[in-house]
Amino acid sequence: MPNTITSSTDMDDFFIRALAAGLGAALVSAPIGCFIVWRRMAYFGAALAHAALLGVAVGFLLSINLVVAVVVVCVLVGLALFALQRQRSLADDTLLGILAHAALAAGLIAIAFMDSLRIDLMTYLFGDILAVTVTDVLWVWVGGVVVLAGLAAIWRPLLSITVHEDLARVDGFPVTRIRFLFMLLLSIVIAVAMKIVGVLLILSLLIIPPAAARRFATTPEQMAGLGAILGGIAVAGGLAASLQWDTPAGPSIVAAASLLFFASFAIPHRQAG
Amino acid sequence: MQHEILPGSLIEVRGATVRHNGHATLDSVDLTVRAGEIVTLIGPNGSGKTTLVKIALGLSRPESGTVQRKDGLRIGYMPQHLTIDRTLPLTVRRFVSLGIKGRASGLEEVLDDVGVAYAIDSPFQALSGGEARRVLLARALLGEPDLLVLDEPSASMDVIGQGEFYELIRRIRDEQGCGVLLVSHDLHLVMAATDQVLCLNHHICCAGQPEAVAQHPEYLALFGTEIRDSLAVYTHEHDHHHDLTGEAVDHSEHGHSVHKHAEHGDAEHDHVEHGHG
Repeated sequence: MPNTITSSTDMDDFFIRALAAGLGAALVSAPIGCFIVWRRMAYFGAALAHAALLGVAVGFLLSINLVVAVVVVCVLVGLALFALQRQRSLADDTLLGILAHAALAAGLIAIAFMDSLRIDLMTYLFGDILAVTVTDVLWVWVGGVVVLAGLAAIWRPLLSITVHEDLARVDGFPVTRIRFLFMLLLSIVIAVAMKIVGVLLILSLLIIPPAAARRFATTPEQMAGLGAILGGIAVAGGLAASLQWDTPAGPSIVAAASLLFFASFAIPHRQAG
Repeated sequence: MQHEILPGSLIEVRGATVRHNGHATLDSVDLTVRAGEIVTLIGPNGSGKTTLVKIALGLSRPESGTVQRKDGLRIGYMPQHLTIDRTLPLTVRRFVSLGIKGRASGLEEVLDDVGVAYAIDSPFQALSGGEARRVLLARALLGEPDLLVLDEPSASMDVIGQGEFYELIRRIRDEQGCGVLLVSHDLHLVMAATDQVLCLNHHICCAGQPEAVAQHPEYLALFGTEIRDSLAVYTHEHDHHHDLTGEAVDHSEHGHSVHKHAEHGDAEHDHVEHGHG
């Protein structure tokens, strides 16, 4: 994300930017995150998020836009994983662990070789939502709209694949293409939301709000919508807590989302199955 | 390589061969399903049934051999295993209509046909094993298929439920004239509902009418005498009776009778005592 010089240091401004970026990230994370929950892809999501750090390093090395660099690297790591899965020599979660940490290590090494003044590693590992620029906010919202539009376009085939891949194939859905598109959308979410909570916590923004919404949803769409709302509440709550008690913002958002998740068990609801 | 598909055939597989680690999973296997015909594929676990079904469905290709499908063939597929993660809120209605583009017309009728209309608004995960199989069948039927491919369709049903289920499949075939490819590891329950049986153990061991296959030496070698005995309760003529402890007692003088049992395996406990004083 290129740095945009902003003259305003006014507290309201940075808080509003942080809120705008966080809400945008939460809104797009929940619907994508639903599929991560339904398809049991949490490890896969974590692997792509770890690979994002390598993308940051590559972006700095080649002096290209960091969002683009992260998306490209995430997609390449995802493709490498698909290729490795075809070997069937190791279990998927083992492969994911290897690939995730190989990418993370490579990213950390590459960043260590670069001018340390230019990259604050903590920003990318844990996010720095309070430092987001107007440009960052725009990236989140433009990226978010693109991702939501793309997800809407593949929603039904993706649901079909989630239920049963072979059945979806027999029904005539282009399974491989849909899976690739989903990976691309996930990579974009990681790239634009990375600044908010960082690569180490981004998975929580993807899966905790949908998990909290599950007990109250009777359709996939309800779970995605309610997840987005709960994600938004977590962002607002985490930011407020951060402001009030001077806690780190990214972890506060994750903590707020986790509180919502545990609170969801306490709220009575009609049986959703 | 390609051959012309015969009139009336829905799918023709010729000489399909698949190797895995040097062993032939399928060795030059032929399979034909015609419209209005129920073909049962039977074989022990690991005999290549699933591989052959995937080839028939177009999910994978044989290393050698040809596969021909009728132009525009619509396939309704019922997989052997389908578990939907409990975190996915999906009603039966939504599940059944997932494979259909646009509005699913006739959804209620199809669910009614297979006997689970009452569950239309239930979450899929709340269904019993038998109900889930029926819903899967409904999903396969909703697209008005020319060919139904049913992989172990009666798994997780009790024996009575299985009998009803195969009766239902036969009725659907009669009403809709579709071809059916049925996979089973267990011939005796599908006998009444099948026209052709292919006994598979990497190659086609024997094929033909169910009664003929049931007596075939290769079939008996694969499935052993245990199966033959439980199968035989359907048609065999008794040459023995059972004493009060259930032990078989030779008694060749008594009159013959033919039993029909709804159960298998331990049928000796249900035999009607007869023909001796």
